[in-house]
Amino acid sequence: MSGNINWFKYSSPQTFFPLAGRLASWFGTLAAIACAAGLYLGFFVAPTDAQQGEAYRIIFIHVPAAWMSMFLYLVMAFWAGLGLAFNTRLSGMMASAIAPTGALFTFLALWTGSLWGKPTWGTWWVWDARLTSELILLFLYFGFMALQAAIDDPRRADKAGAVLALVGVVNIPIIYFSVKWWNTLHQGASVSLTKAPTMAATMLTGMAVMAFGFWFYSIAAALMRARCIMLERERASDWAADYARGSA
Amino acid sequence: MSWGSLENFLAMGGYAFYVWGSYLVTLGLIVAEIVLLALRKRRALARLRLDGTAAQGDR
Amino acid sequence: MLAAFRCVIHRDLLLAARRSSDVLTVLLFFVIVVSLFPLGVGPDPALLRTIAPGVIWVAALLASMLALQRMFASDHADGTLEQMLLGATPLGMTVAAKVFAHWVISGLPLVLISPVLALQFDFPQEFLGVLALSLALGTPVLSLIGAIGAALTLGLRGGGALLSLLVLPLYVPVLIIGAGAAEAAVSGLGGKAQLLLLGALLAFAGAFAPWAAAAALRISSE
Repeated sequence: MSGNINWFKYSSPQTFFPLAGRLASWFGTLAAIACAAGLYLGFFVAPTDAQQGEAYRIIFIHVPAAWMSMFLYLVMAFWAGLGLAFNTRLSGMMASAIAPTGALFTFLALWTGSLWGKPTWGTWWVWDARLTSELILLFLYFGFMALQAAIDDPRRADKAGAVLALVGVVNIPIIYFSVKWWNTLHQGASVSLTKAPTMAATMLTGMAVMAFGFWFYSIAAALMRARCIMLERERASDWAADYARGSA
Repeated sequence: MSWGSLENFLAMGGYAFYVWGSYLVTLGLIVAEIVLLALRKRRALARLRLDGTAAQGDR
Repeated sequence: MLAAFRCVIHRDLLLAARRSSDVLTVLLFFVIVVSLFPLGVGPDPALLRTIAPGVIWVAALLASMLALQRMFASDHADGTLEQMLLGATPLGMTVAAKVFAHWVISGLPLVLISPVLALQFDFPQEFLGVLALSLALGTPVLSLIGAIGAALTLGLRGGGALLSLLVLPLYVPVLIIGAGAAEAAVSGLGGKAQLLLLGALLAFAGAFAPWAAAAALRISSE
């Protein structure tokens, strides 16, 4: 019976800290393997695209980064909501540990999208619904991090951040649909990004493998950051002092 | 997919700037995040050890 | 409960009336920002006509944000907020009343003056009503969303800049739909769809934002 595991045992920083360390190294290793495999597929197996030439190879980081940027916001809001509902310390730490990695992937999605857009559509930036929503998502991440950074008391920072993350999650679909609607009203027949070119199976596989790589990397990075946050916040506790002495 | 030579691979069919611009920035930022996390952990541990020695000095 | 609702509105309006310079500051800010745009982009009437709804809406966004910080700050400073947290009236109701009073002080004047500003931009007279109506429906949403941000940043250092960082991304749908209403009306599509959407946003925000702001207030004053 797997139901006998007491999950709440791991909701205290003291018991979660060593587990997070082990999980971080496992997921880090998995991430390295998946990214290496994905890059091999992307650069040495996938054929040249008939329309875009080699420029399309940006897709192997662009699309996974865009997926992660949205997914991580949802995960962050999930932990935030859990923290508000059950008042567990760990949930808030996880939410703030995820935010910088989410912002990183949001930035990467914008950066690589821009570098992909220049050769294929002839412009660095278009006010397309997806690009604009991604930009606003980056602002939402920045807002979350800035709010938490401005609050000294960690418990208040967690809860205030949680309210903001949940308000943001409610707003994301509204933002997306309003931007999309605005875009269809304003955009002439300049570029159409909705035409999905038929992709070779190897391209899709490479993209999926890279997505798993980024996913595992996000888990590893978030756990590493959560460990730092635990050490910083639990300064007064014995286990943190013991750990510091042990790792000297 | 066979590139033939390293030059061909690096040239990316004329799109080297865009492709490598994307990949290098991604790599750079991910490496930067890992380094920053390692530094943050080291700083936290150093502070903890400092607290520990201060507490012993009080006794 | 309704009596308490009315009482909070009455009190906040009375306080604002005694310090009417605050109200004027926001209004003047709005007027000046809107008037700066022709100086920046040139006096071409055709261009001004097309950008008028967008300019007025962005200025309204900034002006209503300027006033947000004051929504809870003075109550927080003099201890009234503590009483509201402890009082028998549900905090969400009190917050809703405060938001309404805040809108009357900082949003309604913008709505009333917007037709005059639109005329400066050679905006077609027959659509001034749509523009004012879109602002009348949209600015309360701004106050409602802003209340959450104001409650979260209560008493924090650098509150103003932080507040704008939190709140402006959430204002995006209101801006798009609000400015879209007048644009659609001018282009002959009629702004009815946008106005209905704004009404839906207002109903949605009116139902949920006061409670989110109330939760944020409890967190901020623990």
